[in-house]
Amino acid sequence: MSFSQQELQRYSRHLVLPEVGLEGQTRLRNASVLCVGAGGLGSPLLLYLAAAGVGRLGIVDFDAVDFSNLQRQILHSEGDLGHPKVDSAKRRLESINSDIEITTYPTRLTRENALDIISAYDIVADGTDNFATRYLVNDACVKLGKINIYGSIFRFEGQVSVFDASRGPCYRCLYPEPPPPGAVPSCAEGGVLGVLPGIVGSLQAAETIKVLLGRGEPLIGRLMLIDVLRSDFRFVKLRKNPKCPVCQLTPSEIELIDYDQFCGVGRGEESEGADLGLEVTVVEVNQLLKQSDRDVCLIDVREPEEYAICRIDGARLIPLGELPRRLEEIDSTSEILIHCHSGGRSLSATRFLRRLGYPRVRSVKGGIDAWSKEIDSGVPRY
Amino acid sequence: MSTLVRIPQPLRKLTQNRAEVEISARTVGEALNQLEQEYPGLRDRICDESGEVRQFINVFLDGEDIRFLQGLGTPIADGSELSIIPAIAGGSQERER
Ligand SMILES: [Zn+2]
Repeated sequence: MSFSQQELQRYSRHLVLPEVGLEGQTRLRNASVLCVGAGGLGSPLLLYLAAAGVGRLGIVDFDAVDFSNLQRQILHSEGDLGHPKVDSAKRRLESINSDIEITTYPTRLTRENALDIISAYDIVADGTDNFATRYLVNDACVKLGKINIYGSIFRFEGQVSVFDASRGPCYRCLYPEPPPPGAVPSCAEGGVLGVLPGIVGSLQAAETIKVLLGRGEPLIGRLMLIDVLRSDFRFVKLRKNPKCPVCQLTPSEIELIDYDQFCGVGRGEESEGADLGLEVTVVEVNQLLKQSDRDVCLIDVREPEEYAICRIDGARLIPLGELPRRLEEIDSTSEILIHCHSGGRSLSATRFLRRLGYPRVRSVKGGIDAWSKEIDSGVPRY
Repeated sequence: MSTLVRIPQPLRKLTQNRAEVEISARTVGEALNQLEQEYPGLRDRICDESGEVRQFINVFLDGEDIRFLQGLGTPIADGSELSIIPAIAGGSQERER
């Protein structure tokens, strides 16, 4: 466990901690962590693990850096716009610590590649943005006997836990099934305070380091709940579910499934929208709105904050959550076109109104974002 | 008999943005019924058609999951706290689906 003079200086604040010392720092150097997602949570997580001297880091992310990332994804810079996130992440981490090894996977984690990628690491940190990948990470970790450092965020609230199925519950013990699509808004719809992933991702880094050192009390069997708006930090107890569909099985019995289908997302839903005639293109909407003899009612189901950024002329704002109690504002005899930002919420609203018996209601495919790209570039994009 | 109910962010639209509401109930099931009376639509977001708590939501009484207590029949002591915790998925490349 020999360290160079430079390393002794670099890690001196760790080395003088009785809980770390030379032995602990050697453990960190010999350890490997896979971070799924190089976004809001992955940014602080990877920065701190690299700085702490975790010897081998893996990063899975298929996405490219976008302007809307820079508000919170502090791994990436303006100069990285349009480039793969794994590349800017690797460059940034190497500039902090050139002694560590960084492997990048510019791909989506899938059931085909998950076991291969994860099995090469000691621990997995989950910083993904969607339920399908979260269930995949969980099931693969339970199957491979890996500890899963969990963090999740929404608006001003965060959740952190450590799932170690050998000693405690897994993600499926907590949430056996995902919410139906649309039931829980995404951060793109609901927003997120930029510093929130900084807090949650840093807590994930602390948990990762504690587990690697074998020190302290990791959040196994506990869920930490954070509300930064109220400055409220709380804990609830988690227990292993005796009926858990995953961690009650033996590793060989655990099979990775089609998680997109499990979570009801992906092409299935989109093609269903098209098949049932639930959707209308922005080109057709533009034609319909221009025909003065047609009785067309355009409804915007976004939030007032989004409406303040941009709108389509003539659209009436009825946020999705208010729709059930504002039905009297909608003329059921006219042709109803519903739009949101990119087509998810409007499809939910369309299904809702069809169920209530409105026959001539359709969802604008691609939402106001498609309208801006294809019809009116004067409408700002966000 | 007063119980503090903590409402998570995604459900606060139904409680006029209130993060905490006070109710008075003897069991968790009674508490949910009362919440529904005061904030119509809230129970539907928490429970499914059969009246059970949805699989992606957890209800905790004083930090304990009611699934491991007596479910909706769990008695509530005076001064207890009820927390409703839904699954959230955000973290990385947030994109509307
Ligand atoms: Zn489990």
